[in-house]
Amino acid sequence: MTGTIMGAADISRALTRIAHEIVERNDGAADVVLMGIPTRGLPLAHRLAARIADIDPGFDAETACGALDITMYRDDLFKNPTRTIGTTSVPDAGIDDAVVVLVDDVFHTGRTIRAALDAIRDIGRPRAVQLAALVDRGHRELPIRADFVGKNIPTARSERVNVHLEELDGEDAVLLTKGA
Amino acid sequence: MRHLLGTTDLSREDAILLLDTAAQMAATQEREVRKLPTLRGKTVVNLFFEDSTRTRISFEAAAKRLSADVINFSAKGSSVSKGESLKDTALTLQAMGADAVVVRHWASGAAYQLAHGGWLHGSVLNAGDGTHQHPTQALLDAFTARRHLVADPTGQGLDGLTVAIVGDVLHSRVARSNVHLLNTLGAHVVLVAPPTLVPVGIEPWPCTVVHTLDQAIETYDIDALMMLRVQRERMSGGGDAFFPSPAEYSRIYGLDADRMNRLPDHAIVMHPGPMNRGLEISAEAADSPRSVIVEQVANGVAVRMAALYLLLAGEEGAQ
Repeated sequence: MTGTIMGAADISRALTRIAHEIVERNDGAADVVLMGIPTRGLPLAHRLAARIADIDPGFDAETACGALDITMYRDDLFKNPTRTIGTTSVPDAGIDDAVVVLVDDVFHTGRTIRAALDAIRDIGRPRAVQLAALVDRGHRELPIRADFVGKNIPTARSERVNVHLEELDGEDAVLLTKGA
Repeated sequence: MRHLLGTTDLSREDAILLLDTAAQMAATQEREVRKLPTLRGKTVVNLFFEDSTRTRISFEAAAKRLSADVINFSAKGSSVSKGESLKDTALTLQAMGADAVVVRHWASGAAYQLAHGGWLHGSVLNAGDGTHQHPTQALLDAFTARRHLVADPTGQGLDGLTVAIVGDVLHSRVARSNVHLLNTLGAHVVLVAPPTLVPVGIEPWPCTVVHTLDQAIETYDIDALMMLRVQRERMSGGGDAFFPSPAEYSRIYGLDADRMNRLPDHAIVMHPGPMNRGLEISAEAADSPRSVIVEQVANGVAVRMAALYLLLAGEEGAQ
């Protein structure tokens, strides 16, 4: 099964559902901080924040959104070409005692999230950390799971999952392509 | 990038990548936990043949903030004072597993020799060689200037800015590194020095030379004024002096409150340190709000973190 797995409407519905799940799981959104993992976790975090603000008017989508760059925490820095370091921005109120929801586009091996957990630890001590991903494609290499998933996509290891987002790619789509 | 030896061969793209990476490093230094796990397991050797507390502790702080192990090797009281050659010192460091060697040497070209002698597998960072180059100092100067003078600095150079460098250009590796880097980044460089302290063969350098500070302030719209340290041994007395007296140098080239007030309002004052207060810079100028001298020191750590990251992260080369 290759080609477009999710279209714009599917992505929009999945994000709306995840937003509701986040609010439900945390009894409201009062302490929720969304940390998007660059590149595509960032616009997803902003979209989720806007939807949470629609559900819970007390939630400020602007101040409860941040970016978490994990480049310097990766475990494969010496196995790949040098990576450019991205921006990390933490809400002014910090993340101590907050519920941090990590937002990423594709949940795969779990190594990115392992690095993100280390990065979080250097920034503060949240009350809880949860994970939201638009796509879970399996093939975990670490004992890490997601709390909120847009869509589970069974894949072969050799296949590639690409998420396209309006903000960066001009369209909303999840594409599955055969590997080499 | 494999080595950082000078600014002459540094492309604009690489220079801006270094500055952008330094900006991200600087942001991490404002956190409560300032240590990053990035270079865990890597060994950085500080190899200093010349005394330099500031540069050495700046590199040491940078390496430690990135979790690298640091070995300090100073020539005084070491095997070097017993007559060991640079080659044998390098082979020793190689045997100890140095991933990067930060070298400060009194001889121009020592860093190049160390990088290209085939003695070391690791990266070489030039922390000042003779009167040749001091690239991380130039990068931290450019970083500081960009932060103050360029709106929305990420990805930008220093295009259209004018930077004046005042003092002993002849003996200054800081000036040499800065002239080339600032030019690469699009700035116009004005050198201000007595004719005796301008190197022979300066004509091909991408800069303008004037001989009094007043002339520079009147002629150019200076955005950043960089004062160089006057080294005491070059000051006066005897036939090998480069200017008649410290008082005369101070009168023509020193930055006092009056000259500082004639600079444009937004202009910043820089100095690589250590300063001679009352000689090349007055206390009023050094302590004024325009002075970014203390900030330069903090930025030095961020720039050196960026250089270590860009040289050491990434795939190991053909080893």
